[in-house]
Amino acid sequence: MLYIECPYCGLRSQNEFAYGGDGTVKRPTLNKEVSDKEWDNFVYNRKSPRGKHVELWHHISGCRQWIKVQRDTVTHEIFKTVSADKEI
Amino acid sequence: MSQTYRLNNSGQINRDKKISFKFNGKKYFGFEGDTLASALLANGIHLVGRSFKYHRPRGFFGAGVDEPYAIVQMVRNNETEPNVRATEQELFEGLEAKSVNCWPSVNFDIGAINNFFNKFLPAGFYYKTFMWPKSFWYRIYEPFIRKAAGFGVASTKYDSERYEHKYEYCDLLIAGSGPAGLSGAYAAAKNGARVILAEEKPRFGGSLLTSEVNIGNQSGKDWAEKIIAELKEMPNVTVKNRSQVFGYYDHNMLVMSEKVSDHLPKTKKFSPKQRLWYIRAKEVLISSGSIERPIVFGNNDTPGVILASAAKEYLKVYGVLVGKKPLVFTNNDSAYETAIEFKKNGIDPIILDSRNAPKSEIIEEAKNLGIEIKFSYVVVTANGYKKVKSAQIAHISSDKRNLGKIEKINCDCICVSGFWTPTIHLSSQSGNKTKFDEKIDAFVPGKSKQNETTVGSASGIFNLEETISTSFEKGYQLSKKITNNDNKVSAPQVSEKKFTNHDKFWCVPLPDKKNFKRFLDFQNDVTVSDIELALREGYRSIEHVKRYTTLGMATDQGKTSNLNGLQLVSDVENKVVPSVGHTTFRPPYTPVSIGAIVGREIGKHSKPTRKSPMHSWHEKNNAVFVDAGMWLRPRYYKKGNEGLFEASKREAENVRKNVGVCDVTTLGKIDIKGPDAAEFLNRVYTNAWLKLPVGKARYGVMLREDGIVMDDGTTTRISENHYHMTTTTAQAANVLSHLEYYLQLVWPDLNVNVVSTTEQWAGAAIAGPKSRDLLQKLFPDKDFTNNGLPFMGYTEGSLFGVPARIFRISFSGELAYELNVESDFGNFMWEKIIEVGDEFKIQPYGTEALSTLRIEMGHVAGSELDGRTVPYDNGLDGLVSKKKDFIGKRSLNREAFKAQNRQRVVGVVPLDKKTSIPEGSHLVKEATAKLPNPKLGHISASCWSVEYNNPFSLAILKDGKNMIGKKLYALSPLKKKSIPVEIVSSHYVDPKGERVRS
Repeated sequence: MLYIECPYCGLRSQNEFAYGGDGTVKRPTLNKEVSDKEWDNFVYNRKSPRGKHVELWHHISGCRQWIKVQRDTVTHEIFKTVSADKEI
Repeated sequence: MSQTYRLNNSGQINRDKKISFKFNGKKYFGFEGDTLASALLANGIHLVGRSFKYHRPRGFFGAGVDEPYAIVQMVRNNETEPNVRATEQELFEGLEAKSVNCWPSVNFDIGAINNFFNKFLPAGFYYKTFMWPKSFWYRIYEPFIRKAAGFGVASTKYDSERYEHKYEYCDLLIAGSGPAGLSGAYAAAKNGARVILAEEKPRFGGSLLTSEVNIGNQSGKDWAEKIIAELKEMPNVTVKNRSQVFGYYDHNMLVMSEKVSDHLPKTKKFSPKQRLWYIRAKEVLISSGSIERPIVFGNNDTPGVILASAAKEYLKVYGVLVGKKPLVFTNNDSAYETAIEFKKNGIDPIILDSRNAPKSEIIEEAKNLGIEIKFSYVVVTANGYKKVKSAQIAHISSDKRNLGKIEKINCDCICVSGFWTPTIHLSSQSGNKTKFDEKIDAFVPGKSKQNETTVGSASGIFNLEETISTSFEKGYQLSKKITNNDNKVSAPQVSEKKFTNHDKFWCVPLPDKKNFKRFLDFQNDVTVSDIELALREGYRSIEHVKRYTTLGMATDQGKTSNLNGLQLVSDVENKVVPSVGHTTFRPPYTPVSIGAIVGREIGKHSKPTRKSPMHSWHEKNNAVFVDAGMWLRPRYYKKGNEGLFEASKREAENVRKNVGVCDVTTLGKIDIKGPDAAEFLNRVYTNAWLKLPVGKARYGVMLREDGIVMDDGTTTRISENHYHMTTTTAQAANVLSHLEYYLQLVWPDLNVNVVSTTEQWAGAAIAGPKSRDLLQKLFPDKDFTNNGLPFMGYTEGSLFGVPARIFRISFSGELAYELNVESDFGNFMWEKIIEVGDEFKIQPYGTEALSTLRIEMGHVAGSELDGRTVPYDNGLDGLVSKKKDFIGKRSLNREAFKAQNRQRVVGVVPLDKKTSIPEGSHLVKEATAKLPNPKLGHISASCWSVEYNNPFSLAILKDGKNMIGKKLYALSPLKKKSIPVEIVSSHYVDPKGERVRS
């Protein structure tokens, strides 16, 4: 079970969190013309990188904050966690 | 039967407490402190089971966790448990156990015929034999394999035992309480670290319990006892016996299974049977020791062939002789301790040592004691079927290829030692890249991946002095790293006998023209010839050889067989062992009972049960409940002999005619506050929200980014910057996460806060033509005319002194209101509604009537918003704003979502106006068309229309818009129904929506 450092609550076990998908995806801004391809990439297309990856986790049974977690998808090593408003 | 193999005085058992037990129906006696294995051996019982494939007689091979044979079916306190190792099961009064994998009995087993047909059971037998004809698999092969496979029988009864989970944190977890574990624990504990010391066995001390060594001027065993006693007194130390650390998971999470009550006749009150510990350790010290490995020879599975260390443990711990004419067959010094122990107890062993005249202190001692030693001698095969009667031995050449003349020697047991294999399972599970140590012919931990350190014989150190000094040092260093303390205790003086090198020899060659079975894997019956066959057939990867032959795949996971298997593969392949590699070690190290894994999360405890504040009222009034997610909701209120149909019909009719009240507490409620709340809602919902005035509610639909409808509900503007959102019961949690996602990640610039208030408000929906009159009586000073509180209006009032929120919203399609009060007043509110509503013939209604009412009104709900539909499909396209952007809007431009003939919700009425249409039925053009009959749509919800007194359904139908008036068939092959139907508007009742505004 992963041990995730919530920027608000400290180190907490994985079972307090819900996985929230790829943390590198950026939603196109509202009211902006978006090509089909761009929209497709946002909604459907995800990479499945081997190694370092930025993910979203939701501290659902804790402070209810969405956080960004940089994790190695092979070794599960967590390098860094930041609050939602920060970039990794 | 008397304990004829019990010594008179040695051992660490309590001879004052005699214990009776039953094995295969027969009564025996043992002592407190025995295991089932030691007690059986004390009674001279060697035959305990039959082997997996050939049903060969099997006895005891080990004395603990590595035991491959002695798997028994246990009966304890009227519960039966399969696959219990007799070598681990402690004896208690009244214990009952029986042999497995034999029929009709362990002495006469019909399956043993396999032994003589073994030509037909080679490696990969199942793959080769059961391939064809295909039809035989289901009828003949599978039932045969099912019957033949497996050992014990699982109980079909509900397990009444209690299992617990515990979460624990510590600075240092130490797995194993042998000399290494004790030293590390002591040094770390003295330096202030929070330590957990786990020992799988009931007794602490590991090898110190059976070895002849001195530590700090006392025997190893006394030293262990002293250290344990001291550790137990320390507040920063937790010491646990009967506790197996079986898994090393990510981020230094280890799982340990504690057998709290398995050694007792009955679990004590308020105590679990087993406890599973989830331990997050800052550092882990692995002191799991090593397991003796056998030397492979002919018929080496005969009962009476036993590991030399196990024979020694039976002698020293239990005072039991595994035989009275022992042969000790070894390639190293450690087995000499076993021989010496026999000798000291008046038994004359013979040592066969594969080495050519080795010299060491312990060999000298054996010689001086007058023990007969034959150097360069090996056991070629064991003789005897159900028990060793003699052995064929021979001189072996120095290159270990040629045997001399075969001699026969009488014996009743063969104690075998092929040197030691470090128990590296935990280290390997943590991600440690293990390496092969040529000196000990085994794998040892290499570079640590997580915060783990391996010490003692688990790391390949077989010298006690080095083990103790390095373990003290590691315990000190690791604790210093964590606590920053610097209290170093020095390691004690150690005196032990020095051993010389072992012989790199593991398998006795076959004599000419003999074809003895030489077993590698004792539990799965894998022989040397099976591995050779697999290699001849082209299997190369050790992982493939393992799966093809099942080597190491039994419940003992190859603890005694893996390394010999690797040796064989490397010999045949002419490779060195490290390049063959080992198979992956995976948790659990030992079998863990399912009960322990599940813990308390069973039955009602598997998930929380959510109840509304009015729950007890519903119970008292004959509500029949239904699960709605975790909630329990009244499905209907039973009157007299009514069933679901009659009761829900009565309740729904009463809503249409008079007034009904429904508990809607379960609806998700989210409080939304902030100056940008309107803008936020405008982005979340498909329709316009910026101009909603204070005191007004609005129905809204929200989409996922892919354009699919996520949820619907009403949101009310309570004050300028304060909204009250409702969601469906099912989606409440998801909607909250969804809102938080957008506020925290996508639009952090919006000044809005959201919080769930589902449990803070109790809700009651009051619906029906007389609801206005009822509301007027409940709130006499409020104006409930269409001017005072119009449809979709909101106001607040005092319900007999209790502050209440009043919404004029309707799900039933009738004139209706919804009241919210703080949860603590929920029951008060409900009782007042029922009491005051009496004169208006009020009746409570459940979810079934609620569904009926919404279905015949054509209001979509969960069965239509099923995660596959866009707003158009649900007839909600009118709520999709063309002017503003919102979540998921861009996706609605997809070709498929804009198709002219897209599916859409419609009403469905059976032509005979009698036959109810099962939900899930398919709508097709022709009832008897050739399969696959093209599906045009499906029935999403069905009810009995109380308005028209005939069945009515909703369906999602292809080109639904243009299908009104068409005749189709509703097919339900599952219910064997084919119903001619007519497609009508989904708004079956009050299509203009006049009643809600009346």
